[in-house]
Amino acid sequence: MSGVSATGGVTMSRTWAAREPLAVRDVDDRRAVQRRRPLLDGATVAIGRTTRFVTRLWGGGTAMPGLVVERLNPGFVARALAPLPFGVVVVSGTNGKTTTTRLVVELLRGQGLDVFTNPSGSNFSRGVASALLGRVDSFGRIRADIAVLELDEAHGVHFVADVQPRHSLLLNVFRDQLDRFGEIDTTARLLGEIAKRTSGTVVLNRDDPRVAAIADTVWPTPVSFFGIDPTLRDRFPNDDELHSRDSDPERPEQLADVLLTAVETNRATFEFDGARHTVDLRVRGSYNQLNAAAAMALVRAILGDAVDERALLDTVSLVTSAFGRGEIIEVRGTSVELILVKNPASFRLALESFDPVDCATVVAVNDHDSDSRDVSWLWDVDFSTLQHSGVAMVTGTRAADMALRLRYDGIHPSAVETNLRRALERLLASNSGRTIRIYCTYTAMLQLRRHLAALTPLAGIDG
Amino acid sequence: MTNPIRIVHLYPREMNIYGDRGNVLTLARRLEWHGYAAQVIPVNRGDRLPTGTDLIVGGGGQDSGQGLVVCDLARLGPDLAAMADDAVPMLMVCGLYQLFGHAFRTGSGTILHGIGVLDIETMSSPRRMIGNVVARSDDFGQIIGYENHSGRTTLGPRVRPLGRVDVGVGNNGTDGTEGARFNNLIGTYLHGSLLPKNPAIADHLIQIAVRRRFDSAQLRTLDESLSDEARRVALTRPR
Repeated sequence: MSGVSATGGVTMSRTWAAREPLAVRDVDDRRAVQRRRPLLDGATVAIGRTTRFVTRLWGGGTAMPGLVVERLNPGFVARALAPLPFGVVVVSGTNGKTTTTRLVVELLRGQGLDVFTNPSGSNFSRGVASALLGRVDSFGRIRADIAVLELDEAHGVHFVADVQPRHSLLLNVFRDQLDRFGEIDTTARLLGEIAKRTSGTVVLNRDDPRVAAIADTVWPTPVSFFGIDPTLRDRFPNDDELHSRDSDPERPEQLADVLLTAVETNRATFEFDGARHTVDLRVRGSYNQLNAAAAMALVRAILGDAVDERALLDTVSLVTSAFGRGEIIEVRGTSVELILVKNPASFRLALESFDPVDCATVVAVNDHDSDSRDVSWLWDVDFSTLQHSGVAMVTGTRAADMALRLRYDGIHPSAVETNLRRALERLLASNSGRTIRIYCTYTAMLQLRRHLAALTPLAGIDG
Repeated sequence: MTNPIRIVHLYPREMNIYGDRGNVLTLARRLEWHGYAAQVIPVNRGDRLPTGTDLIVGGGGQDSGQGLVVCDLARLGPDLAAMADDAVPMLMVCGLYQLFGHAFRTGSGTILHGIGVLDIETMSSPRRMIGNVVARSDDFGQIIGYENHSGRTTLGPRVRPLGRVDVGVGNNGTDGTEGARFNNLIGTYLHGSLLPKNPAIADHLIQIAVRRRFDSAQLRTLDESLSDEARRVALTRPR
């Protein structure tokens, strides 16, 4: 059964939009943004695109056109997204947003929908505005069925105040950038705000107590859950279980719409509608297998009975990880793997997912604003699984802290090189034909990709 | 060594937020490097303090975590006070530093009663104090750490500060002090984690624990080149 065909996406989507239950306040909000301003929006598109053309000539980034649009016409983004027949859906949480958003986008495309999405990056709302410039007509009207947006926890609250999400998917709350957010509970509250603004369905992780608790605060908005089978709990500890595995025995078990029941290397089993489906996956790492369950739960919430189950499973097996999240880059016969680690949970799950044998393991730790200025979090990660294979090099602004951290787990890195470009050159020179696996923080990942792009053509990096 | 030095880790489930595990790991490893066996004993809510405790380490938590442990800590309070009076070495960071004092007034005006082992009082302030810290002390030299707290702590006459702040805020931002000491108990806002980058403080605690247990302590000279380098780099990073 294929409820939404590739050709009939828009027609079907309008039927679906009409079926969505809307609260009174939502209708009021929509009327407000639907007051169209075609002349202003048309002028904004023209000026924004000119800015984009000029900044590209100068070799500038993508933020500038978005900034121009924001300053010139603050209501532009909300108005451009308002007529989407399937509305706006958002994905948030501390870990896995980028790859999960990518999964949701591809799954919806596999169901025949025309999907608009935002590039993952540092400035959220400017990124959305910039991306919209490429997708709207001359009057600022978008041509797509649905928008799927990756929402940073902090920017998210401001964004959903202007643009009400139809559905939201909230993945997890792990300790992350505490120098920015202060407390994990603060982050959980921000996610709760996103949930409260959602008009359709809120999709939640039943095994993360801070996320699951949001269910009690959104009534009467419908809630759906994704989760892991209890037998897998040891492999997917939530933040409370990072330090002691004696998880709360009283934890209530919500019924999950999509359940991850088994994980293997590159293969996972999902249960929904009472049946189990084992599929091969190209996204790497067990944590991305859970993200796949989350993405499928969101797509099922969006499409309801119209979802094409076969296409859903076929598509999920084909999606690859987002850049820098298990990405493999070939340079002169050497494979360089970039694995983003941004907090204790993601580092632990990555170490559990990838076998260190037969590769040169490298850790790159920066302490810029987009990483974490505080490097205490390295002490929450257990590195003893690297004892046998060793660590070839530590690099980044805080390479010295990383070397010190490893010493206390009995590991002596073969080299310490603060400079990322020099580190990469040395690694490539001494590991010809091997695999170099680099666990890297966010800005270290971006810098390493730039240096790699100078050696080999790379998607997403100009010249 | 058949008779390990016993390190109690207080409330690892709720009070673990800023890499506090690093302090416990550092004490255990360094004890081994100095030739002594170490045993880490987690004490969670409802657990009893083990007999023969040599060292106690506690960390920071969220406001909610502090709310959860405050009642249980009152239960352990008399024992912990007796041990502090008996000069058992302890390190309390951030949240448990505050709760080892008399009281912590939260942002909403609620008063969390501490166990009063340290003569300090803490008031919540609207602005969070976050960033790299450099302090100095006569006993330990330069102290390198990272602070992230909303409480402003004032010291009473029965404690002395751990150090004076050169970079950062410390206890309250007005008197220039950081941390508090009473007998062999050290309270501080600094993590990072504190002990791996400040081996002088780690070995100070170890020395006391070993001497109390075995009447004498001979610590070895360890290679500190990695922590020296991490300290040097930390000094160059922006606040």
